[in-house]
Amino acid sequence: MAKTIFVLPFLVFFGVVTYFIIPIVKKSDPKLLPSALIDKDVPENKLPPLFENKTGFDHEDLLGGETLVNFFSSWCGPCRVEHDILMKISEEKTIRLFGINYKDQTQAAIRWLDELGDPFEKIVADKDGRAAIDWGVYGVPETYLIDKEGKVRYRHVGPLTERVLEEKLMPIIQLLRNKKDE
Amino acid sequence: MVALGCLIYIQPIMAVEPNERLADPLLEERARMLSQNIRCLVCQNQSIDDSNATLAKDLRALVREKLTAGATNDEIFDFLVDRYGDFILLNPPFKASTYLLWYGPLIFLIVGLLMTVLVMKKSKRRASEKPLSQEERVSLSKLLEQKDET
Amino acid sequence: MIAELGHFALILALVMATVQTVVPLLGAHRSNTVLMEIGKPSAIAQFFAILFAFCALTNAYITSDFSVANVAENSHSLKPLLYKISGVWGNHEGSMVLWVLILALFGFTVAVFGKNLPPTLRARVLGIQGSIGVAFLAFVITTSNPFLRLNPAPLDGRDLNPLLQDPGLAFHPPMLYLGYVGFSITFSFAIAALIEGNIGPAWARWVRPWALLAWTSLTAGITLGSWWAYYELGWGGWWYWDPVENASFMPWLVGTAFLHSAIVVEKRDALKSWTILLAILAFTLSLMGTFLVRSGVLTSVHAFAVDPERGLFILAILAFFVGGAFILFAIRAPKMALGGLFQPISREGGLVMNNLLLSVATATVFLGTLYPLFLDATTGQKVSVGPPFFNATFIPIMIPLLLLMAIGPMLSWKQGDLASAMSRLWVAAICSGGLGILFWLLNSDKPFTPIIGFAIAGWLGGGALKELADRVLLFRIPLINSLLRARGLPRSAYGMTLAHLGIAIFVCGASADSAWRSEVVFNAKEKDQTEIAGFNLKLQKVDRLKGPNYESERAHILVTKGSKIIANLYPERRFYPVQQMLTTEATIYSTVMADLYATIGEGDKRKGWVLRIWYNPLIPWIWLGCLLMVLGGIISLTDRRLRIGAPEKRVRNYKTAELGAEHG
Repeated sequence: MAKTIFVLPFLVFFGVVTYFIIPIVKKSDPKLLPSALIDKDVPENKLPPLFENKTGFDHEDLLGGETLVNFFSSWCGPCRVEHDILMKISEEKTIRLFGINYKDQTQAAIRWLDELGDPFEKIVADKDGRAAIDWGVYGVPETYLIDKEGKVRYRHVGPLTERVLEEKLMPIIQLLRNKKDE
Repeated sequence: MVALGCLIYIQPIMAVEPNERLADPLLEERARMLSQNIRCLVCQNQSIDDSNATLAKDLRALVREKLTAGATNDEIFDFLVDRYGDFILLNPPFKASTYLLWYGPLIFLIVGLLMTVLVMKKSKRRASEKPLSQEERVSLSKLLEQKDET
Repeated sequence: MIAELGHFALILALVMATVQTVVPLLGAHRSNTVLMEIGKPSAIAQFFAILFAFCALTNAYITSDFSVANVAENSHSLKPLLYKISGVWGNHEGSMVLWVLILALFGFTVAVFGKNLPPTLRARVLGIQGSIGVAFLAFVITTSNPFLRLNPAPLDGRDLNPLLQDPGLAFHPPMLYLGYVGFSITFSFAIAALIEGNIGPAWARWVRPWALLAWTSLTAGITLGSWWAYYELGWGGWWYWDPVENASFMPWLVGTAFLHSAIVVEKRDALKSWTILLAILAFTLSLMGTFLVRSGVLTSVHAFAVDPERGLFILAILAFFVGGAFILFAIRAPKMALGGLFQPISREGGLVMNNLLLSVATATVFLGTLYPLFLDATTGQKVSVGPPFFNATFIPIMIPLLLLMAIGPMLSWKQGDLASAMSRLWVAAICSGGLGILFWLLNSDKPFTPIIGFAIAGWLGGGALKELADRVLLFRIPLINSLLRARGLPRSAYGMTLAHLGIAIFVCGASADSAWRSEVVFNAKEKDQTEIAGFNLKLQKVDRLKGPNYESERAHILVTKGSKIIANLYPERRFYPVQQMLTTEATIYSTVMADLYATIGEGDKRKGWVLRIWYNPLIPWIWLGCLLMVLGGIISLTDRRLRIGAPEKRVRNYKTAELGAEHG
């Protein structure tokens, strides 16, 4: 007991420092929030479609195949940045891509899509942001990967990049598709 | 590489606008109390009551709507936790992942007390085991004489 | 040119610090006086070198030399001069230069004013201090060099964050750094003592002035930061349990514990290992704070820019110094000679309880601050630990401590008489009850919980005053004799009374603020009025103004009570075009008993403006209490015994037999 008590400070300190090294090495952002909906069902929504001549979707439309649901706004800078990737996904038909227009003005959103191109198969408008809260959205852009049973499998916060698509999303998509084939 | 040296800050403007407030003062009071316990997720460590961010505003409105509809405090917290996880609560919940946190202070107090008592008992024992040396005996008697003088 | 000289000065300082480290330590080991004496000139040289570098950087700011990258990122030609200067430390690189400057300053003061220290101790203290300087100067030069140039130089800078363009914030970092960088010296003293193998009452006396200086500065720094947050951030909050606030508060708690346990070492030669541990811990927490703020590991309003690479460097420094210190502690501390014994109920026992409670409080704040980090690192789960947790845990720990603070000084050394001490505290009991009843009567329409705070404050304040009164035998001997006694009392006695009184007053202010604020929010057009706490408030008009680097809307609110004009409030809403930032400049009308706090929000002539006015009773007592603590620290610093450095002689002029208690 005599000597051990004096070693205690060092041991405690050593433990604390070890815990400090982990986030630094992982380069984790303390503000990045993991989605609370992972492995849960997609929230129900009855959102109106964005355009008249383009269909919207509800949670039933998400069944039957893998889908990426992307929250975007015309006033959001990073959404512009990720737009190229979304166009690429749409052209290469990598995966079904739906959009939810977040807290935006309809005309502004339509003009934005006209100007940059429309990668979405279906789009709905969440004008007051309530539906987004149901999804656990806390900023735009955010992208959700939904499997064929309508469950949330992955969420990416911030603009989508080639790297994220290849390293994070595609592996999960492959996994989900392989399950289908079995 | 010249690294960025700017301090990150928050918009310090006031939060709850007059048109947000509920008519019923008791409900409004509850709304403020709840808001102070809900974290603003796009801010650097603020509650939605203090923050000017749009998300904070939306969440404040949501809280007030639910209160007016008759939800209890717990129901409102649960609603938010279902969507955003425990992170959104500024008052950490009491569950398995936070037992260490909530019991911590009590554990510290008990351990501290125990250690204090043990160490003091031990030093008492150590001292009584050591007989006085000749010098110490002499100074002891000198001290005793001095004390008698005063 | 000057910037390059500044850069060179830093490198020179690094060389000096290395000399300051290696030579005196070697000299102390070999008992070589010549080598040991090198400590003094090298410490002086290091300090002046860094001072030169600091001045060079300041010069770059004042002259708006935008070819220096640091200036370009954090300053602007239109900025007022005071903020050009304070902008020097308003960013990571500049503040690190301030950090090492103060580190060197403390080494300098030991070199110059530490004549009463035995040469080996002084040499070792300077050596350890120098080693810390080496580590941080290396950090600055390699990862955070403020003197890097931009080519081509931009035409103007990116301006300092408007929130920082404020007198309160100009002085907050230097004060704060004097505080927790100052604890580096107590760390050095502790390591030096461990190397020597023992500490005694003399060591406690020698280290005290520096510990007091650091503690007093830290108190002032935290108070300034808290006061600044109150008036600048626009909603009157003064403590948020933000990670960076906690990072400065933890060293303060441990520093307070250290100051108290050092008394036991000095008077009774006991609690030695524990006191050494506290000295190490205070600086550990300072280093940890530096790490947390600059590594991006925690989310905070105060965080400097995120850079994991720098974080790793600081972590390495932390691991080296603290790990080394704790290993040394594990080896040397058990061998220290045993000190004086005491009964649990005694002055020493009281101070042990003081230390225990302060340590538990520190551990609690530590746990709450770092828990999200630990949980995320182990399980990946995210959780928030905000003010509700800290208030629920910290306050219950503090309450017994506050109550004990009145009892402890009443107990005698070695063996105290609890019954006698408690009976002498009848004054405190009366103050406690009286204050509680008084404030309850004045505020019976408001929540009751603050009354508990007032009762505690009354107990503490009454106890502190009674202790002083007993020392001068007030009302037991003729008044003139009491006054003579009072003159002969050591200054540290007054320091203690003032500091404890300060805490009592602080508790009053904090208690009232926790539950008795009132607020009115109203949408006003010009000439509209409302009222709060018996005052009538009328919006006279709103003007548009232009400042040196901002535009603003300013409201004029007239405050009246009945027919008497109480005050004119001018809250502003400013827009700084360079950084594209909006700030609220609240106006505060302070009296001793309360604050009227007004802010203005968005609006225009057509739909009116959103005005927010708070009535904050007793909030000035928070700052007053803290100021008293600082004053107490300063007065204690001027105690003659500290300057002479000799262990205290008993004053035997008057019989103390009647009292039945020793005052040491």
